[in-house]
Amino acid sequence: MPLDLGFQDNRGENALFGRRVLLLVLLVVICLSLLVVRLAKLQIARHEHYSTLSEDNRIKIQPLPPSRGLIYDANAVLLADNLPSYALEITPEKVDDLDATIDALARIVAIEDHDRERFARMLPKRRRFEGVPIRLNLDEVERARIAVHGHRFSGVDIQVELLRHYPHGRATAHVLGYVGRINEEEMARIDVSDYTGTTHIGKLGVEKAHEEWLHGHVGYEHAVVNARGRVLERREEKAPVPGRDLHLFLDIDLQKDAIAALGDYRGALVAMDPQTGGVLALASTPTYDPNPFVGGIGHAQYAALRDDIDIPLYNRAIRGQYPPGSTIKQFVALGGLSLGAVSRFEGKYCGGYYQLPGHTHRYRCWRRGGHGTLAMEGAIVQSCDVYFYRLANELGIERMTGFLAEFGFGERTGADISGELGGLLPSPAWKERVRNQIWYPGETLIVGIGQGSFLATPLQLAAATAATANRGVYIVPRMVQATRAGVGKPLVPTEPVTRRIGVDDPAQWQAIVDAMTEVVEGRRGTAKRILSDDYRIAGKTGTSQVFTVGQNETYNEAEVAERMRDHALFVAFAPVESPRIAVAVIVENGGHGGSVAAPIARAVMDSYLLGKRVTLERNGAGDNEVGLDPEADAVTDPDPDPDPDPDPDPDAEANGAG
Amino acid sequence: MKGILLHGERDGESRGLMARAHIDPLLLVGLLVLCGIGLAVLFSASDQSAGQVQRQVIRLVLAFGVMFAVAQVPPTVLRRWSLPLFAVGVLLLVAVLLFGDIGKGAQRWLDLGFVRFQPSELLKLAVPMMLAWFLSGYSLPPSALRVFFAALLIALPVLLIAEQPDLGTSLLVASAGAMVLFLAGMSWGLIALLGLLAAAAAPVVWHLMHDYQRQRVLTFLDPTSDPLGAGYHTIQSQIAIGSGGLYGKGWLRGTQSHLEFLPERSTDFIFAVIGEELGLLGILLLLVVYLWIILRGLYIAAHAKDSYGRLLAGSLTMVFFVYLFVNTGMVVGLLPVVGVPLPLVSYGGTSLVTIMAGFGIVMSIHTHRKIL
Repeated sequence: MPLDLGFQDNRGENALFGRRVLLLVLLVVICLSLLVVRLAKLQIARHEHYSTLSEDNRIKIQPLPPSRGLIYDANAVLLADNLPSYALEITPEKVDDLDATIDALARIVAIEDHDRERFARMLPKRRRFEGVPIRLNLDEVERARIAVHGHRFSGVDIQVELLRHYPHGRATAHVLGYVGRINEEEMARIDVSDYTGTTHIGKLGVEKAHEEWLHGHVGYEHAVVNARGRVLERREEKAPVPGRDLHLFLDIDLQKDAIAALGDYRGALVAMDPQTGGVLALASTPTYDPNPFVGGIGHAQYAALRDDIDIPLYNRAIRGQYPPGSTIKQFVALGGLSLGAVSRFEGKYCGGYYQLPGHTHRYRCWRRGGHGTLAMEGAIVQSCDVYFYRLANELGIERMTGFLAEFGFGERTGADISGELGGLLPSPAWKERVRNQIWYPGETLIVGIGQGSFLATPLQLAAATAATANRGVYIVPRMVQATRAGVGKPLVPTEPVTRRIGVDDPAQWQAIVDAMTEVVEGRRGTAKRILSDDYRIAGKTGTSQVFTVGQNETYNEAEVAERMRDHALFVAFAPVESPRIAVAVIVENGGHGGSVAAPIARAVMDSYLLGKRVTLERNGAGDNEVGLDPEADAVTDPDPDPDPDPDPDPDAEANGAG
Repeated sequence: MKGILLHGERDGESRGLMARAHIDPLLLVGLLVLCGIGLAVLFSASDQSAGQVQRQVIRLVLAFGVMFAVAQVPPTVLRRWSLPLFAVGVLLLVAVLLFGDIGKGAQRWLDLGFVRFQPSELLKLAVPMMLAWFLSGYSLPPSALRVFFAALLIALPVLLIAEQPDLGTSLLVASAGAMVLFLAGMSWGLIALLGLLAAAAAPVVWHLMHDYQRQRVLTFLDPTSDPLGAGYHTIQSQIAIGSGGLYGKGWLRGTQSHLEFLPERSTDFIFAVIGEELGLLGILLLLVVYLWIILRGLYIAAHAKDSYGRLLAGSLTMVFFVYLFVNTGMVVGLLPVVGVPLPLVSYGGTSLVTIMAGFGIVMSIHTHRKIL
């Protein structure tokens, strides 16, 4: 035990202790100086650097993608909407064990194998702090479950995304097209900075053609975030410019009627307003539901559509290139008149066939026995082939196709719908270039009756017919009649692109309009069955040799036979005196234009001009018709008398107006 | 005139009162100012949580009460208690290892039924008391043999605490003992020898360290090696301090702290909040207050009546400094991350009571100078 002496604090001990205390004071001062030097380095020398880091920590620049413009029909019925879609996202950076988290989430909401596969596929493509969706399209119950259990998971969030929705689905698929996720190819084409935060882009149809209007422009905001990335405060820097709303010429009721009138046929119908060039209806059947394409269509679902023998994804109205057949005879006739190759009342003899001078080959008329001597009107009304063989021969291929080109044949109309094809107006130069063969005079005759290599789309036929209705004013078909920056903003109309067809004599126009009227009204008219008591129709039937789309050897004989039948075509406008609608119809393998295609056109014109909705659902087109006389097929014969569906009550309209 | 006189009288009276209450006014002022600053910073760091500030105030009142109570105990009594207190402390440490509760991955707590108690805190006082008692019984400077025995007395509790594991506390306890040895006049040769021994022991210590402790050292050497993991604390605290600049972002306006980028912002990393919000000037003011307290403590030690008082007061004051430097050094990135709070400012009660009890001892040594 140490002794407690009490007096041991002698001078030496005192001095030693004093020195040691001083040393400690020195130590304290040195250490604190070190600290202050360090602080000065952080807070003065590198202050700016750390300020930047601190700002970077808390301020995140976030793109504000614009909302896509909406699309309305002519009566302001919404055709393309943006609806919220809820996705469950995992931010990998904030999750320790991804698999365990997904397993835990799977006990709360359904997570299928394909969800996991998509997650695994997307994971390497995203940055660590970006959310990767594990489930799409959460419903209300699932969102509620996550709201209740969500606190147990860090790095798991519900993201709301506005997804395109097409309320009329199948009816508008071939008009609007659809939007889908931006792919690599599109990334290369677009201004990527303007698409920051935007996931979808127009893929087809109006959605693609008017991408620029519909998309708008991206905005940016600076957001204050906390350490977990949660946004605490938003400071808007630059608001996005929303995409413009589009108001189409399309009448959704008419569109649906056109599809209903086409029924189970494979075919297309394009209806235009001759005065504006506006496309009132653009139907292609069969059609499909575009909505699954927006969120990403499943592989099996897509394969089913792609491999369907009837090719529902194929837009026959703008991409279907068919020999126009007799539906172009009135144009050839007009060419003959305006170019002086023939006069209106000059007769030509039809003995059932035509032979080129010095040749033995017989170019046959569809009526074996011949028509006898016919003038222009009779030739159009009865669709005499020999008359047009002779006329084509007299015109020559160059003059004839040159004139047909004025009606827009041989090249895209330039309508504001994406994916249009241009058809084909054959010429010796074309044949030389493409097939490396010389042009035979016989081919000129075939082109003269709309067969052979001559191809046209329903849209081209409708536009040419509208130009006929206008007596020479060709208006490029257009989908959009006005755009608007948003609700309450003024509608800005679009401008039509028009040109005059070089036939200045109104009498010449009148000649072919009269002839087309006789096609419907004449005793011998090929479309006399669609004669209407309510308005006058001018039309022209056509039957084109088979050009089967999607042949497949595995089909049974009956099926093949059905698909080998001729295409039925019909073009028309009405009322004759002041045309309000021009229609082109093609029914693949439909047989004769007058019996199959014309009634469809009539139904659509009745719907537009009289408000008679098409209610009859076609069934079994093709299957049970093989071998039957097309005349017996009266399913859609729109005999005006027995009208099962009276006019939509005018009272309702009166109420609406009041 | 009368008022001034009265005032003067009261002053004299209060000074006398202070002395009779065994309180050192200069030290008390320093402590009160420091605690005041601490509460203001805590209010900001806790996101203006009145509840947290209130709990801290209660702890402070308790701690000042403990200080006042301890100050009443004369040094001679403390001296007599030195050995028993040390013995009890070491026994409790053994008990913790055998029966202790586990909290935050370490076995530090002893549940006495009515109160959960951290025996290692007791050793922060018991070790310097034991050492001061052991060395002051003989003439100073101590002989090499006595230094060797003293080193053993330090090593025993330090190793027991390090085993819990609690690196911060064992460091503080070790430094408390070492300070007594240094103040006692331990020769420079022995200091150098101990230094060499420590260097030689480093690989062994490294081997005995827990993984998380090794990670902290590695991270200290290169914080950017794991910016989102172990290095996150250091990087974010340096961003907080650096972005504060000379004048700071303003009280309650720190973005690093309020947006939760800064971890442990009301406890071990509260110094970064001060740096961010009050800037270099605010930190300098705080350091001046700390320096005031340390210098006053060393002054008291230098003027203590006997060796025991000198060694004990000096050691306790220096432990307070070690707290300060280890914590601030960690926050600014000079030292590795060690769980040591900023004394009297960090939120939390355990170390607070111990520190204030230490200052109670210092005050006792200063105010019981007359031989009774």
